[in-house]
Amino acid sequence: MSYIFYGAAFLFLIISWFRDKQKTFLAIQKAWRAFENILPQFLGVLVFTGMILAATSPETISRIIGARSGWLGTVGAALVGSLTLIPGFVAFPMAALLLQNGAGYMQIGAFVSTLMMVGVVTYPVEKMYFGTRATLIRNGAAFLFSFLVAYVIGWVHTL
Amino acid sequence: MKNLILRYKFFLVMIALWVGVYFFKTDLALRSINITLSSIKEMLLVIPPIFLLLGLFDVWVPRQTMIRFMGEGSGIVGILLSFLGGAMAAGPLYGAFPVAAVFLKKSASLRNVFIFIGAWSTLKIPMFLFELQSLGVRFAVTRLALNIPGILVISWVLDSVLSDQDKEEIYRKASNLGKN
Repeated sequence: MSYIFYGAAFLFLIISWFRDKQKTFLAIQKAWRAFENILPQFLGVLVFTGMILAATSPETISRIIGARSGWLGTVGAALVGSLTLIPGFVAFPMAALLLQNGAGYMQIGAFVSTLMMVGVVTYPVEKMYFGTRATLIRNGAAFLFSFLVAYVIGWVHTL
Repeated sequence: MKNLILRYKFFLVMIALWVGVYFFKTDLALRSINITLSSIKEMLLVIPPIFLLLGLFDVWVPRQTMIRFMGEGSGIVGILLSFLGGAMAAGPLYGAFPVAAVFLKKSASLRNVFIFIGAWSTLKIPMFLFELQSLGVRFAVTRLALNIPGILVISWVLDSVLSDQDKEEIYRKASNLGKN
């Protein structure tokens, strides 16, 4: 998937270069500055994420989400989803495995939804772009919304 | 030099935290290095082309075009484009923020930018297909059906709750990102 981005970036760079060399140079310069601007935050977040993920192995996650049912389990699942930063390609099979091992649909719904929408560890990066208030409100609203998603997902699986 | 330390303050604090963890839980600290390195690799796969595309976008796309398609008066077209833009993305959510910043710099409306962020976070089409496969039709379709109105409501909440001052600050941050 990422190769598409690289391909597109090179293609457009070449087109741009032929149309206007000066503008292309400016574009690369802007790209570099924007990247360099956010790099410190990125690096900090990645070190922190590494530690969080090392501390929360699949076994730990399944212990939190798998064992407890009901709303307590759902809150736990939502917290785990908010705190971790796992790519979907890892998270979905993991969630499927948790379901097979007895986790409830409501808990998995909360986990998947917060995993996608809420980013506690990426807070420093988001804050750089949107400021404290917008970042807190967006994540808070997404966190609450995930409970609605969890409830409905639990409900449709009882039908 | 002092400026550099200030900018990397958060990173340095995290390194210090890691050193602390190393003393108390060495195996955990060592395992976390592997995870961090693989995240850095993932970041390097996704982020540089996004920033290059954004640089080109910034230089070539006129503000007027952005205002027409995603600005304050863009209406339903703007909403649809924001949903589609986010849904067609790939990569982790942190990739969406610099894109959003360039959109804001070109005067896209804040509500549309939040719709874009929401769609990127949870409506990505490749992810949806994968979710369908691993967790089943019921699960994936229910989430999709809830997420569309959910994203609209969250964007609306953000747009109404943030003060004019907050909004100005967000636009100011966005237009300063390409400068040093």
